[in-house]
Amino acid sequence: MADLLTMTDAGLYCEAGDFHIDPWRPVPRAVTTHAHSDHARAGSELYIAAAEGVSLLQHRLPGARVEGLEWGETRTIHGVRVSLHPSGHIRGAAQVRVEHGGEVWVASGDYKREADPTCRPFEVVRCHTFITEATFALPVYRWAGPDAVMADVVSWCQATMASDGCAVLLTYTLGKAQRLLAELAPHLEAPVLVHGAVEPLNALYRAAGVTLASTQLVRDTPVRGGVRGAVVLAPPSAAVPAWLRRLHEPQMAFVSGWMRLRGTRRRRSMDRGFALSDHADWPGLLQTIRETGAQRVLATHGDSAALVRFLAETGLEAAALGAVMPGASDADEDGA
Amino acid sequence: MSGFRRFGDLYRALDETTSTNEKRDALAAYATDASDADLAWAVFVLTGRRMRRPVSGNVMRDWASQHTGLPAWLIEASYHAVGDLSETLAILCSRGQGNAPPDLSLAEFMEQEVLPLGAAEPDEQRQVLQRWWDTLDERDCFLAHKLVGGALRVGVSATLAVRGFAKGLGYAPSVVEHRLMGTWEPTAAFGARLRAADDGAADRSRPYPFYLASPLGDSPESSGERDEWLAEWKWDGIRAQLIVRGGEVFLWSRGEERLTERFPDLVVPAGHLPDGTVLDGEIVIKRDGVVQPFAVLQTRIGRTNLSAKVLRDSPAVFLAFDLIEWGGEDWRERSLRERREVLAQLLGASGTGPLQLSQAVVAPDWAALAGLRAQSRSLGVEGIMLKRWSSPYRSGRPRGDWWKWKIEPFTMDAVLVYAQAGSGKRASLYTDYTFAVWDGDTLVPVAKAYSGLDDEEIARLDRWIRAHTKERFGPVRVVEPVHVFELGFEAIQRSSRHKAGIAVRFPRILRWRTDKPAREADTLPALHRLLEQAAAAHPAQPAQAEPEAPSLFDDLGDDA
Repeated sequence: MADLLTMTDAGLYCEAGDFHIDPWRPVPRAVTTHAHSDHARAGSELYIAAAEGVSLLQHRLPGARVEGLEWGETRTIHGVRVSLHPSGHIRGAAQVRVEHGGEVWVASGDYKREADPTCRPFEVVRCHTFITEATFALPVYRWAGPDAVMADVVSWCQATMASDGCAVLLTYTLGKAQRLLAELAPHLEAPVLVHGAVEPLNALYRAAGVTLASTQLVRDTPVRGGVRGAVVLAPPSAAVPAWLRRLHEPQMAFVSGWMRLRGTRRRRSMDRGFALSDHADWPGLLQTIRETGAQRVLATHGDSAALVRFLAETGLEAAALGAVMPGASDADEDGA
Repeated sequence: MSGFRRFGDLYRALDETTSTNEKRDALAAYATDASDADLAWAVFVLTGRRMRRPVSGNVMRDWASQHTGLPAWLIEASYHAVGDLSETLAILCSRGQGNAPPDLSLAEFMEQEVLPLGAAEPDEQRQVLQRWWDTLDERDCFLAHKLVGGALRVGVSATLAVRGFAKGLGYAPSVVEHRLMGTWEPTAAFGARLRAADDGAADRSRPYPFYLASPLGDSPESSGERDEWLAEWKWDGIRAQLIVRGGEVFLWSRGEERLTERFPDLVVPAGHLPDGTVLDGEIVIKRDGVVQPFAVLQTRIGRTNLSAKVLRDSPAVFLAFDLIEWGGEDWRERSLRERREVLAQLLGASGTGPLQLSQAVVAPDWAALAGLRAQSRSLGVEGIMLKRWSSPYRSGRPRGDWWKWKIEPFTMDAVLVYAQAGSGKRASLYTDYTFAVWDGDTLVPVAKAYSGLDDEEIARLDRWIRAHTKERFGPVRVVEPVHVFELGFEAIQRSSRHKAGIAVRFPRILRWRTDKPAREADTLPALHRLLEQAAAAHPAQPAQAEPEAPSLFDDLGDDA
């Protein structure tokens, strides 16, 4: 039997149902796992996404036609049953379950197994073939747990504020930023100062009922060195002198799973790095693959060679799902 | 808090900041409150001193594989992503929860845990590592691995470490630097001597910190009048201090290698110098009055048995260019003019014998000097040293009074063929490159280079390498032969160890030739012609000059 999902020039494709999943070229029907720019590309005629993430997707793809599916709701496309299930990556991020002729495939999109106050936890979906992400697919990627990392973030922020400096947390604008604001909410009294790119997304999260720390735009503060003793949230691209001059003694920290390794922390020349990730770590990947009961695993995103070989040695049928996305860059915006 | 943990905190403080001032202050705070024994050990490891590694990295990997149940290849793949074995194994192996910190000082940990590993049987070594992995948390494990391996790689140079410790001890950096020279063991007694106000039992053998020249960026005219400057040839040998004190002679390289035993042909005649004399100069090999290429010196250094034949065929000469102690008195604050005057009287003007004055290059003006410099290659020197007559003998590499005015390097245009990830700060970036030139239709590797690109270029090339890998051999990626780079190098010699039949010295990237297609890169026959020209220009160079084995002294070539 032909594979239910195959890799094509436009991305992952279901021939039986004539739809794509996270295509990187315009297609008639795009089932979209989440709103990060390496998964949600403009130009398709119709997007099908989790209802919980529709507002985020529309913000990222203005004017796009988006149909929302409730969690677990089944939509039949040319006889292929499609449903969406929480992946725990960011708000509205979904795994795509595809069933046809008694065979079940799940495309994970990006996922994590840790608790996140801004989105639903990952749901295990049993399947025959599991397409897993492999962003952090080496055993050295082991997260310390969000509580431990956040305790470090909070104590660093408090120490920096106490010395009158600004604790600048550099992070992805969609997902990680709101996760941090939600985690910080109980610990901070003063508002968190945010970059202009972050605030519209905060508004969408708040509108959906997620509690975030109160925020204020950095651009509404005095122009030169006026901000003292504050926590600041911004995308990495904002960390330029012209923008930082508003802040008194800015200390920079990057919040990303890549910060798990000293080498990447030092290469970024940051004052600090916090390994808080929206992706599964190595134990998380293995646990998930086991729990799906899949006999066949296809790995995509990142350096999947090690994961594939490891799974093959444990007796699973495993392969890399090839094809490099044109223009993809691993540091761009994947919520790592 | 235990001393072990306290040192771990220092390590993290150094690791987590990019500010030199913060690093210095963290070192100073440590020096202030550490015990003498811990201070001695901290100085030992942070100034880059090494012990013999008791357990090899490969053995540790094997044990880690058995401990974790992960296949060896996966540990290897992880190591290549991390770029640091101590860190890789700490993440993979540590199972402790941080509730059982070793209640030891740094010195106790080194002396009770690390040093005994050296004499232990593999089984015992393995038990120690297992115990660490079962009880220490990741941070402690990481530090323990680092201390076994010796190299801390924490973004602190030996110079910065000295500055920081000196600040904490309340001394000028030069005082501490002086106390650290020569041979010492990391003991409480040594820590106390570092701290002690009066350095009574000064080690007679100790050299002074070397004064290093900076590369001259501008033309020399901008440095002032010609007659304010002494010009000397820049010899391609080993920079060293020759010390005569208390009836004994000591010879030290700039890398603090003790060379006394390797150059009896210098040490014996130096015994005739007056007591309390320290000379700074360059060790070279001379045959029939002609200074030989560095390769000849390297060969001699590599010899364990200095037979009469070796001493006769490759006689060493110490070309003295400075006098930094005279009559037992520190002469570093006196002017170069005064120091040279006495040095010339001491050694005489003769060009024979094992101890010679490094002669001044005579040229009435800058233009004449530039003309002489242009002949450097045929004279077998690296260029010209410029030293201000009025300058004191400083330590380190302060700019302004001593310049090295080197000749332009040889160059070639070569094609990038292999890439490998770097280590330390450059781990997970492809920064170690192998370059090739054409031999007919085949590309033959001729040089490896690690430096010469800026961060932006490194990042761009890294992305390109990942997207254009043809094959992988372990950590090495074979890339499409597309990009051409201009490489500079200092010398070229025959080599039977290299497939190309040649080896180049100090290769580095001068620029990325984005304008040049790969097929227009240089050819192997062209490099062989260059080799013949170089040999013809310097007839004294033997055609087969090649070190017998890779030497400790490979890096000593440019230590002016």
